[in-house]
Amino acid sequence: MYQYDSYDQSMVDARVAEFRDQVERRLAGDITEDQFKPLRLKNGLYLQLHAYMLRVAVPYGTLNSRQMRMLGDIADKYDRGYGHFTTRQNIQYNWIKLEDAPDILADLASVEMHAIQTSGNCIRNTTSDQFAGAAADELVDPRPYAELLRQWSTFHPEFDYLPRKFKIAIIGSETDRAAMKLHDIGIQLVKNDAGEIGCRFYVGGGMGRTPMIAPVIGDFVSPLQMVSYAEACLRVYNRYGRRDNKYKARIKILVHEIGADEYRRQVEEEFAHILTLGLEPPAAELERIKGFFEQPGFAAGASDELDLSDPDFALWVDQNVHAHKQPGYAIVNISLKPTGGIPGDATADQIRLMADLALAHSFDELRVTHAQNIVLPHVKKADLYGLWQKLDEAGLAAANLDLIGDIIACPGLDYCALANARSIPVAQKISNRFADLGRQRELGELKLKISGCINACGHHHAGHIGILGVDRKGVENYQLLLGGCEGADTSLGTITGPGFNEDGIVDAVEKATDVYLAQRAEGERFVDTYRRIGMAPFKEAIYAKEPVNG
Amino acid sequence: MVEQNLRYRSDEPVSDPAVTVDAFADQSNATAVRIEPGDDARALLPHLDRIALVEVNFPAYTDGRGYSAARILREHGYAGELRAVGDVLLDQLSHMRRCGFDSFAPDQAISSEAAEKAFATWPDVYQKTVDGRPAIWAKRHPA
Repeated sequence: MYQYDSYDQSMVDARVAEFRDQVERRLAGDITEDQFKPLRLKNGLYLQLHAYMLRVAVPYGTLNSRQMRMLGDIADKYDRGYGHFTTRQNIQYNWIKLEDAPDILADLASVEMHAIQTSGNCIRNTTSDQFAGAAADELVDPRPYAELLRQWSTFHPEFDYLPRKFKIAIIGSETDRAAMKLHDIGIQLVKNDAGEIGCRFYVGGGMGRTPMIAPVIGDFVSPLQMVSYAEACLRVYNRYGRRDNKYKARIKILVHEIGADEYRRQVEEEFAHILTLGLEPPAAELERIKGFFEQPGFAAGASDELDLSDPDFALWVDQNVHAHKQPGYAIVNISLKPTGGIPGDATADQIRLMADLALAHSFDELRVTHAQNIVLPHVKKADLYGLWQKLDEAGLAAANLDLIGDIIACPGLDYCALANARSIPVAQKISNRFADLGRQRELGELKLKISGCINACGHHHAGHIGILGVDRKGVENYQLLLGGCEGADTSLGTITGPGFNEDGIVDAVEKATDVYLAQRAEGERFVDTYRRIGMAPFKEAIYAKEPVNG
Repeated sequence: MVEQNLRYRSDEPVSDPAVTVDAFADQSNATAVRIEPGDDARALLPHLDRIALVEVNFPAYTDGRGYSAARILREHGYAGELRAVGDVLLDQLSHMRRCGFDSFAPDQAISSEAAEKAFATWPDVYQKTVDGRPAIWAKRHPA
């Protein structure tokens, strides 16, 4: 994976010094909270309901064991012994003291990490495919391009006060594991008939209160012009994105209002101008970065044999282990969704254990996934059983990847100042209701996603089953959505009808799954059945009046 | 209010009052113009040779359109004074300088010492802009 040189290191060190100075000025009263707010936000520091929350960037979700161990140590030293992995492949700490924040950033900088631009109206951490460099279906490894974007977007002087936040995702497989079309910019690396690599730019997707699937704006941009094209996309947005209404300020609204064709025309015009300026890093820089992402030293002739005589291990392998491009190796998904747990949370000890396992069994690499799980990308199949036993002892062997128990949930009203409703208790109740793994497996792939407010951090629009928490006259109320999906067949969920209370929503989810079980055709996932039979049968079952006893 | 201006140019300051972009097009003798966030900086491109001062107004520091306006003017060869005015805060100075501003008239006074420190925040930069600093990628791969 990428390693800092002295330039990269001095940039994060400078950031620590700058932020230390800003915090000192704030604590001394030299700047007001209003003036401090955008400065702390650019360092990932939010003032939440109970304390400061610090969001640490995990660039394109990739970590080594030293970095992961530091994340565990920070949880112990400055927080309450746990951290929360997020839908943007980052980690958040929920109980941070302002005066500790500069020291945390310094600790992070010591392992080539930072919290730069993890909030604020700027270009956020670029996300990617958690199986990058390992997936059997990969066309192009997206990580070097993601690193190029990381450097370009870091402290970009023109795009620090955009109309709204800006999120970029980049993938290099046909299978989209990063919800790429639901980003401000989604880049898919593709190959043309001549075998040349190109960047397909999807611009103007997003979730939030107005979910949109991004249209293609640049069909085949040369990788050696990727930064210039992104610069053009951003400049048009910075100049013409709406600033009169925070809820209409994302780029998706601009693209929607002027139309994809007009937006493309403006981008192409700006792109032609930008190409004359020589802003693009040279091919040699991309090659230098690629050098950090060469495939690890896989053992030749590693065996594909697996002893599956332990039934629990066999279940876990079937559900959580994914095909690797290298014979004898596998991709391990560690579910952070134990029954009744808080989605995405891990204790300091669990974090350090995963770091140790990565060092011992995965060429020192881990990934954070947008589904709030952890991946060990390169594990020898012969090591799987021993690895699984250690995960199991630590409560990290939930065999529920992509099943209904693998719930995505935002922190919700338990932590977040923006939330209207709690997400975590709903996730826990659903997890408990469907605790039986046999039942989960019977339901098959079923992505359930919960957001505690319209901002959609829990991706409810993209859930096969989505839940949106709202505030109805001071009471938490939960709307149910069906039929959302991310990936190549991205679709947005539709609200079933009136909302439910906390227990009612759990019942409604169960009724929806009953309809699926009764109506599914051979090989259909929940979302496939929904697409075939439509909303009506689900609605009928969910809102049917219970017979009155007696 | 004390008139305060941080200026990083050696030529004489322009004393003409800055006119609006609309008015500028009609006044062939005007040499100073003021850009508001909604104005299109490209409207000035045909007239760059007669402009000595462009003021870019930041009514609120959170409105970043002025950064693009500044860069566009510099990218098209504007060499006169480019002044950021309004809600210009210490922590924005470094990025503004990188986008081509070479003078600052902030609503709230900023000491020149503090400004110098702000300009020195970043030992290096990742992007090539209009300020002449070589990007890190250029230093890694000297021509």
